[in-house]
Amino acid sequence: MTNPYIVLPVLFQLLTAVILLFFWAKVNTQRLISIIGSLISMGIAIHLFYQVYGQGIQTMQAGSWAAPFGITFVADLLSATMVLLTTLSGLAVAVFSTGSIRNARLKFGFLPILHFLLMGLNGAFLTGDIFNLYVWFEIIIIASFVLITIGGEKAQIEGSIKYVTMNLLASAIFLTAIAILYGLAGSLNMADLSGQVAAIENRNLVHVTAILFLVGFGIKSAVFPLYFWLPASYHTPPPAISAIFGGLLTKVGVYAMLRIFTLIFIPDDFLSDLLSVMAGLTILSGGLGALLQSNMRKIFSYLIICHIGFLIAGLAMYTELALSGTLFYLVHDIVVKTNLFLLAGIIFKLTGTLNIQKLGGMYKKISQAQPAHGHTALFLGGDSSSFGLLGEGRIDSRWLPKWFLCAGGHDRAGELFDSLCYRKGLVRGLLERSRGPA
Amino acid sequence: MELILVILIGLLYASGIYMMLRRSMVKMIIGLILLGNGANMLIFLLGRIVKGKPPIIDSAEKVFQDIYADPVPQALILTAIVISFGLQSFAIILVKRAYKVVKTDDLDALNSTDEIYD
Repeated sequence: MTNPYIVLPVLFQLLTAVILLFFWAKVNTQRLISIIGSLISMGIAIHLFYQVYGQGIQTMQAGSWAAPFGITFVADLLSATMVLLTTLSGLAVAVFSTGSIRNARLKFGFLPILHFLLMGLNGAFLTGDIFNLYVWFEIIIIASFVLITIGGEKAQIEGSIKYVTMNLLASAIFLTAIAILYGLAGSLNMADLSGQVAAIENRNLVHVTAILFLVGFGIKSAVFPLYFWLPASYHTPPPAISAIFGGLLTKVGVYAMLRIFTLIFIPDDFLSDLLSVMAGLTILSGGLGALLQSNMRKIFSYLIICHIGFLIAGLAMYTELALSGTLFYLVHDIVVKTNLFLLAGIIFKLTGTLNIQKLGGMYKKISQAQPAHGHTALFLGGDSSSFGLLGEGRIDSRWLPKWFLCAGGHDRAGELFDSLCYRKGLVRGLLERSRGPA
Repeated sequence: MELILVILIGLLYASGIYMMLRRSMVKMIIGLILLGNGANMLIFLLGRIVKGKPPIIDSAEKVFQDIYADPVPQALILTAIVISFGLQSFAIILVKRAYKVVKTDDLDALNSTDEIYD
């Protein structure tokens, strides 16, 4: 069903960003416009979700070029959900950044770039054309480059060198994969490609292409051997930026992987085994990495990696149950990760440190200093985090037994369980330490 | 023609990755540029090179009767060139800025973000 409405989430973010550019130095006006724009795009996203939920998959052909030739935009329930979550996180970060980002950063165009980033994310979730996906990815990374470097502190610059290099490398590999795919199948439309690729006789070349896509998206989503840039860079920018990065940027890589490996390259034995091993090692290395750290934002960075492993594990199993688990967890993970980084921002603002060794007795200290304010902030923070963690635990326990069953004799089951325990223990320690007396 | 392009693409990829593995930041940027150009050439090659057959339908015909040069790879390369131009200029400025802040060109010296206790 053709519906031009579905690109509105993209266009509206662009409009907001352009309007913001006109108020370059007027920081307070920018804050107001950003929040109003985020609220309106929230409404648009809800409407889009409602439409897709009620009427099924919506498509739009750019310039009315028929399907395999032009650029197609597709909104199915997954895309609509992701757009909704993007705008939700965007709204949260826009509100949070009005209070937490220093005026100097706002004067260098923080808010317009944030909306360009959100535009890129919405575009990546809505496109049905693989080269167009590449273009959206580039919009996302160039906006994120600016966000991660804005302010120019030493740690930020060091982190961003690693971040920029790995993302540029990932883009080059992604582009190579698209080139080979186009040479093989002669099409760029994802729905068309799924038929074309299945008909190719030279399966070895198809495998090579699939691996190139896996490496490209693997770097972007931080899976096991390719994640080292993430803990080196995600804790350096201000919390509002970390929140949108942690919540959405790695997840867009996972989303692309989900699309590519369920639509174009259906995992066979080889790919499935490879994904399983990668997922297991990602969970393990993320969990162990988090245990080592004492900076709260670094712990959260490693937890991102750990949870990417969970998402990939569902894809590796490739059963209906496992994939629905992945999708369910993806939705939840975006909200929780955004929240966790925002929470870290609040804690830093209240206590001046993010080192969990020094955070003990935070509750006591703050309630003495500024009772009402401290209580509210802690209540909000503690509530959102424990609610998220509760949900997380519930989802883990709900899906993990089934995953175990799906996995059958896979060695990975043990690893999954281990890292889960590690994480639970770690998080409990963190919360107790931050709540208990010094 | 194809053979020359294949060798050229291989060289660009190999030298690009070699340069990225060096310890200098400037060499790393050069590596990225070479890699990006290699990818662009690859798109050009895999779009099947056809000489002197523009994709224009003869006025007497309704559909293509002959083989024609595929216009899509050129559109893709053009897009990719513009994007990589923007990204590379950003990366160069970033390296310049990093040199000012960190006062070294050595990538191995950039490890203050990896410290565990801070």
